[in-house]
Amino acid sequence: MNTEIISVIFILLLTFILAMPLGKYIARVYAGEKTLLDPVFNPLEKLFYRISGINISKEMTWKEHLVTLLTINIVWFLYGMLVLMNQGWLPLNPDGNTSMSADLAFNTTVSFVTNTNLQHYSGESGVSYFGQVTLMLYQFISAGAGMAVAAVLFNALRERTTSKLGNFYDYFVKSCTRILLPVSFIVAVILVFNGTPMTFEGKDTITTLQGDTVQVSRGPAAAMIAIKQVGTNGGGFFGVNSAHPFENPNYITNIVETISIPLISIALVFALGYYLKRRKLAWMIFAVMTAGFLLFLIPTIYLEMNGNPAIAAMGIDQTAGSMEGKEVRFGSAASALWAIVTTCTSNGSVNAMHDSLTPLSGMFTMLGMQINAFYGGKGVGLLNFYIFIIIAVFISGLMVGRTPEFLGKKIEVREMKIAMIVFLLHPFLILAATALSSYILYNNPDYGWLNNPGYHGFSEMLYEYTSSSANNGSGFEGLGDNTPWWNISCGIIMLLARFIPIIGPIAIAGILAEKKYIPESAGTLKADTGTFGVMTFAVIAILVALSFFTALALGPIAEYYSIAS
Amino acid sequence: MSARERKTPLFQRELVSEALRQSFIKLNPKILFKNPVMFTVEIGTAVMFVVCIWILTGETSQGSFLYNFIVFLVLLLTVLFANFAEGIAEARGKAQADSLRKTREETPAKVIADNGVITTRSSSQLRKGDVFICEAGDIIPADGEIIEGIATIDESAITGESAPVIRESGGDKSSVTGGTKVLSDRIKVIVTSKPGESFLDKMIALVENASRQKTPNETALTILLAAFTLIFIIVCVTLQPFSLYANTPITIAAFIALFVCLIPTTIGGLLSAIGIAGMDRALRANVITKSGKAVETAGDLDTILLDKTGTITIGNRKATNFYPAKGISEDDLIECATIASLTDETPEGKSIVELAAGKGYKHPATLGSIADLTFGLPQSKIIKFSAETRTSGIDLEDRSIRKGAYDAIKKLVERAGNTFPAEIKNTVDMISSNGGTPLVVSVNNKVMGAIELQDIIKPGIRERFERLRKMGVKTVMVTGDNPLTAKYIAQKAGVDDFIAEAKPEDKMEYIKAEQASGKLVAMMGDGTNDAPALAQADVGVAMNSGTAAAKEAGNMVDLDNDPTKLIEVVEIGKQLLMTRGTLTTFSIANDVAKYFAIVPALFITSIPALQSINIMQLASPESAILSAIIFNAIIIPLLIPLALRGVAYKPIGAAALLRRNLLIYGLGGILVPFIGIKLIDIVVSTIL
Repeated sequence: MNTEIISVIFILLLTFILAMPLGKYIARVYAGEKTLLDPVFNPLEKLFYRISGINISKEMTWKEHLVTLLTINIVWFLYGMLVLMNQGWLPLNPDGNTSMSADLAFNTTVSFVTNTNLQHYSGESGVSYFGQVTLMLYQFISAGAGMAVAAVLFNALRERTTSKLGNFYDYFVKSCTRILLPVSFIVAVILVFNGTPMTFEGKDTITTLQGDTVQVSRGPAAAMIAIKQVGTNGGGFFGVNSAHPFENPNYITNIVETISIPLISIALVFALGYYLKRRKLAWMIFAVMTAGFLLFLIPTIYLEMNGNPAIAAMGIDQTAGSMEGKEVRFGSAASALWAIVTTCTSNGSVNAMHDSLTPLSGMFTMLGMQINAFYGGKGVGLLNFYIFIIIAVFISGLMVGRTPEFLGKKIEVREMKIAMIVFLLHPFLILAATALSSYILYNNPDYGWLNNPGYHGFSEMLYEYTSSSANNGSGFEGLGDNTPWWNISCGIIMLLARFIPIIGPIAIAGILAEKKYIPESAGTLKADTGTFGVMTFAVIAILVALSFFTALALGPIAEYYSIAS
Repeated sequence: MSARERKTPLFQRELVSEALRQSFIKLNPKILFKNPVMFTVEIGTAVMFVVCIWILTGETSQGSFLYNFIVFLVLLLTVLFANFAEGIAEARGKAQADSLRKTREETPAKVIADNGVITTRSSSQLRKGDVFICEAGDIIPADGEIIEGIATIDESAITGESAPVIRESGGDKSSVTGGTKVLSDRIKVIVTSKPGESFLDKMIALVENASRQKTPNETALTILLAAFTLIFIIVCVTLQPFSLYANTPITIAAFIALFVCLIPTTIGGLLSAIGIAGMDRALRANVITKSGKAVETAGDLDTILLDKTGTITIGNRKATNFYPAKGISEDDLIECATIASLTDETPEGKSIVELAAGKGYKHPATLGSIADLTFGLPQSKIIKFSAETRTSGIDLEDRSIRKGAYDAIKKLVERAGNTFPAEIKNTVDMISSNGGTPLVVSVNNKVMGAIELQDIIKPGIRERFERLRKMGVKTVMVTGDNPLTAKYIAQKAGVDDFIAEAKPEDKMEYIKAEQASGKLVAMMGDGTNDAPALAQADVGVAMNSGTAAAKEAGNMVDLDNDPTKLIEVVEIGKQLLMTRGTLTTFSIANDVAKYFAIVPALFITSIPALQSINIMQLASPESAILSAIIFNAIIIPLLIPLALRGVAYKPIGAAALLRRNLLIYGLGGILVPFIGIKLIDIVVSTIL
């Protein structure tokens, strides 16, 4: 077999193998058991809690959890706007980068607070080091917030009737200090040893072999790259993200970075199994997610390794695969793997230009974000999957002749209403915003948003909103996106698409947790079976994926058949 | 289901014509508004009607008039089919109600005033608390309770069961229902219901209102379907600017066809029919449910409490063996036992005489008249069973014969200074541990031997419990027997648990304990002392012969008074929910094929490259769209029989059931429309 494919399989297997013990560890963290890092962080945390007057032993209801989450997010948002709009004169700005405009600062802050990391700027010239460090902080806390919410879900799914679901601050801080920090630290160290810069000094000047002097941007990159991968943030230090030789110097760093994208998302699935002592359920979820993921990955690798027929027609050799927009040091298969991993997990970092992917690969990256639950973002991927489970449970529960229930709790009118709002939101935001932009563009063809006409141009718009709504943050690029329209529309979508899919599932889980627990019997639908997995997969495929069929037909599918014919 | 079930063919002519009429009446948007799925189809139909007129005025961008008109017609048919489905279910319910209503016609009531004067009044003027008299041949004018007398009553008007039943004052068989007929004797009855609130009134109202009240599960499903409708509204509305951008003009007919095909019209059209049919099936099993929710709850039951007598065992215990004590011949024992039982009117007593007769012993008295029981001896004295002595028997001139429970006879024997033979003690234990009830017979306070009484477990009951177990329902036997006997019978009948030496409070406590652990519990009962437990249970089925209090407390009434009815009720509930689930799955799975029929049809005129996704190779965009909407329309009437009859329930456990239904209705739902649409396309494309 081809070495490129073998290394893809190796990376995936290694990811799964690492995710299992990590999942067990995460379950321990959320269950409040002792962990190795307690001696380091416990005294620090106690001090902070005392100063801020937070009592972490006070358990919260689901509503209190959400209020806490939203409150701290508002504070972060205001602080982020302040920094980015004033970074020009604030310290740690050796390269003298200017402050951001209000609409760009809005977009950027929202983007980082919501764990999206959509970047309508280029890191080298768009933000100061102070700005970068602030954004790096957000990469931790937005991922930590997502994981804390997942912990609330875990707590709510236990076999009992309660309204008390743990303490948000406790979950949040532990997610950051016990999980994200150590994992990112390991990744950052590997990166530093492979040549990624970690300095507060400004641009370096080097003389090339030709004798030209070139200004090279650098900065505290290794730390940021580690958390952008680990926290499914995706916001790179440099404009071209992990395609940049400083962000991702060689194949080894590429392996490490690829693994660190889905690692915690997958580990959280296993953590759910350990935490609830329902390992089979975790395996069912993992199997469905992996099946969907592979369904996107395999054709993408195949297509990228087969090259681009349009370029082949020009007489250019395509034996290395479709290499336009890809780094030679990674090759087409590893780049295809990254593209699918980063879109399925709501990460959004890139090591190749998605604009240059062959049309159907572009479609699979979009589908990964449109479904947004095949592993998905930190914590929120599981929340999205939870909604699909609720829908699948509702239909299949009826099919076994009982009113629907999940893990011993009856699903009734109120939960269905919430689930439906969350379920509708994602397709609505993506399709409505793309439709609006298409309409504006149709009436004002002179706006010059698109670098490419026709189907590909349509894909660029569809991708941008898909990425925003999935809180992914990657760009198809080729789209002139730093304009008020795109900054603001994407910003609003990111906000809605971040918080409603958190509020909804937590509300459902909270309401269900308060309900009477019904023990399982032979007549109860079991969620941890293969059949139920198939059902969940079918719900996702038919109700979510197919709802984008018309849009995808006019974008990548039309483009694919036009190139092929 | 029971053989007594009143069978009506699915499509009776009168019912069909009524349903057809209803399908047009229900086109009224105000009525249709409650069904969001079909309501949007109706809007689409209206739009197509306008488009047709627009074309007639000279518009050319929308394709031919004929094509658009056919689209309009097919959409109209889709709505009509859905209305028809609901109409036929309602008509079947109404037919039941009407047949009930006939029995409620004005009946004269012979009311007795406090002073004893009898006046004849119309039944509609009866008030709660009035007392009336009914004699042989009279129709009972109102629901009530017998306060005096005993009568045989023909209840076929409400139960369909022609064998008359006996009702008498006092006890648990004192309740009578208005509309039934007294066949013999005379009874005095007190009215227990207010006018317009009688049992029949409630039943009719329920049947007629079945379509109007949605159960919680139905509401939740409607929300799900509304959301699926909304998502396709989003898909279709956003398609317009997409097509503007891509320069691919799409006709209004194509938009609406895409939309109507994608929204879950199949389940949307059949949903209310399924609900009505569920209650109807319960009614056909002679169970009146007080709400649709009760039927749903029945599907969810975790535990059911069943009385041993009548449910698990046939009627009463029967004598099966005689065990003489040492030194006593079997014939002597049989003779004494028979003499002691001749005057015993209980079923057990009779069975002893029968067993003796079977063994060839016939006491002279059994050949003669009842009067001979005393053997013409003035000294003879019949000792009736009393709770105090727990023995019964007869005192003759020369001997006093007693039969009774082991400990009661033992006390008797030992008080007289005799010893209780050890071998009989062993026999007694042996009988108990085999699930039998031992009776000991003594003559002059000396033990003669023991009689074994055995419960006869109903044939086939074990299999029914096995079915229930596979459904995840726990069965609990309630009996007055001692724990040893109860355990034996429980094992033999295959019930999961039992309550021995049960008092009415024990049932209540058991129900509460089960509910506290989150389970849903059902029980059946008839007596007034069952009422609190019936009310406490999630599903309480009262027997129609039971007291008014019991019927009031339960949320279902079984007209057949059949204690095994609970099992059927569970299956009806499950069937109702399953039918909803499977048709929803089928409806959604259909979308896959419909996407592949319509989406290429939308674009291939302007983007010929997309011909490749026309995987069904449908002839033309027009034929593709027509085939899809025609399939979408005709699948509704094709599934009406399934919706009305319900999906067959197989007790194979939840996982296997899901696999089976997912295979049939999920995979089937994906494949069937591919075949169906292709076939229709072949026909349509040759005609067009």
